[in-house]
Amino acid sequence: MSVADYVSLSGVTRRWDGRGGVEDVSLRVPAGTFTSILGPSGCGKSTLLRLISGLERPQAGTVRIAGRDVTHEPASARGLAMVFQSYALFPHLSVRENILFGLRVRRSAAAEREARYAEAVAMLGLEGLGGRRPAALSGGQRQRVALARAVVSGHRLCLMDEPLSNLDAKLRQSVRRDIRALQRRLGLTVIYVTHDQTEAMSLSDQVVLMRAGRVEQAGSPVALYERPATAFAAEFVGDPPMAMIDGAALGEPGVTVGVRPEHLAAAPAGAGDLAGRIVGVEYLGSRTLLAIGHPAARGLVVSLPGRVAHAPGETLGLVAPPEHRLRFDARSGRALGGAGPDGGGRTGPGSAPDLARRPGPSP
Amino acid sequence: MSDPAEMMRRRRAVHGWLLLSPALILLATFAFAPSAMTVWTSLFSRGTRRRPSEFVGLETYQRLFDDPAFWTVAWNNLLYAAVTIPVSMALALTMALWANARMPARGFLRTAYFTPTMLPMIAAANLWLFFYTPGFGVLDQLVTGLGFASVNWLGQPETALWAICAVTIWKEAGFFMIFYLAALQTIPPDLEEAASIEGASRLAYTRRVVLPLLAPTTLFIAVNATINSVKLIDHLFILTKGGPSDASKLMLYYIWENAFAFFDAPAAAAATVLVLAALGGLAAFQFRVADRRIHY
Repeated sequence: MSVADYVSLSGVTRRWDGRGGVEDVSLRVPAGTFTSILGPSGCGKSTLLRLISGLERPQAGTVRIAGRDVTHEPASARGLAMVFQSYALFPHLSVRENILFGLRVRRSAAAEREARYAEAVAMLGLEGLGGRRPAALSGGQRQRVALARAVVSGHRLCLMDEPLSNLDAKLRQSVRRDIRALQRRLGLTVIYVTHDQTEAMSLSDQVVLMRAGRVEQAGSPVALYERPATAFAAEFVGDPPMAMIDGAALGEPGVTVGVRPEHLAAAPAGAGDLAGRIVGVEYLGSRTLLAIGHPAARGLVVSLPGRVAHAPGETLGLVAPPEHRLRFDARSGRALGGAGPDGGGRTGPGSAPDLARRPGPSP
Repeated sequence: MSDPAEMMRRRRAVHGWLLLSPALILLATFAFAPSAMTVWTSLFSRGTRRRPSEFVGLETYQRLFDDPAFWTVAWNNLLYAAVTIPVSMALALTMALWANARMPARGFLRTAYFTPTMLPMIAAANLWLFFYTPGFGVLDQLVTGLGFASVNWLGQPETALWAICAVTIWKEAGFFMIFYLAALQTIPPDLEEAASIEGASRLAYTRRVVLPLLAPTTLFIAVNATINSVKLIDHLFILTKGGPSDASKLMLYYIWENAFAFFDAPAAAAATVLVLAALGGLAAFQFRVADRRIHY
């Protein structure tokens, strides 16, 4: 383990009656980086965060924070802050008392408390709200109070459990930027749980994609997007997701071929590698998404710039350029070496050679 | 009549009264009218065949205040309230915090705590009569078994009221616990987790988060306990009948005696009016203080 790893998990397992939870997860989070734990609901990502926080204890494996083995220490002794999905603000306390709660119970000096409070309030734009109760705040303000409570604690590690899921779409974007700016400014190590791949991709230095309690792939957003290790990762990351085409239809039997929507090109009917019927047209302003029905493909979407003159029901030819095809074993779903940008390797900054990963079955 | 706004206003008024009427009728029949009649009765003298009742103003009240038994009973009731209310509430809170913790046999514990509440007061009193009886009572056997002298808990003025208090506390704590337990379960578990991440001990969490969040429940229970400290006298009939020498007599028992043993309706009515006034004032005070200090 390198010194720079602020949090490291090895072989951590926590299951309930042999089901759910996480199994044999190893993970490294370098200091001062932003790591997202991404996955569909029920994949164990929240359990993983709770295991790091100490709200849950592992049945096997070790958790180290700042080089210290904290596997058997309670949450309060681990020196971390946490932002909950529900914000978990104390309803009977004012904004000020909520933010200062931790400093008060830990009996820090009044002068230090005031200084840190003033700093956190200024940083999060909560001036003038100190006397209000959480019930009198908007969702975005509550979110910021929860962040201020984490900031004021002064801990170097901050865990966030889907902190944006209770905000509306517009606010989510601006708070997302705020969180990232805050993390950079304070040099925090952040572990951030989300099911929203856009959030994970836009925020993170490292994305840990989970599936059924195990790490499917860990790496930089670029690595996940360009070199997915499995068909599951390829389909989970990206919006709209990667199209999966039975290789036989493209003259490559035995493999599943994945192509990103932006790499598919339209061709006149009859030309191109595939031909399918347009089943849906989504006009998004800068681009138009055409959903194509084809018996050998799943999630076939073409992204074309601007507005296009196609209507549902038309037949469209598609070109899947060989240099943009990612190949996955049709049975195991594992990426195969080949024409991908660099052969499906996993070389993100946070990925570790000992990373546990299951050769998941083809979805 | 043809003005539509006026029609609308009338219809709304009619609807309002219709919605109000069930509660109004019930309260008027069973609460307001009897209260008013009690006040009325207390202002008249006791009627006999020879001397029909006549208006005497506040004379009955004067008679009450001159009666030393009234003051003994009032003092008893005050002591009884001062002991049973805080003790049963503290016990209820402790039991609720315990029964709310994650532990095995939690369901059994809750049931056990609640059992005294399900027992009718008369049955509970008989049970305790068995505990208290000198000679073969459980308590006495315990005391004499340890080498102490036998105590007639219910039969001597020094202990009778405390023996009555014990029964009330035993009966009420389980009932109040249910309210606390219900309130505890509305506190999101997130809060405890957030507090523990912030470094708060269990004690700090309880003191800074749980107790303030239970405040509305505490107020509700306090009001109920206050009312019960006047209302709950069933066990007196079984255990002491207010004796010995009024040592364990409570206000409602005194009123009952006046009304149905001595057939002195005006005295009973006057005492009732005083109790009502005291309770009303107390409830108003509790809610007023609470409104300023409690977060709902």
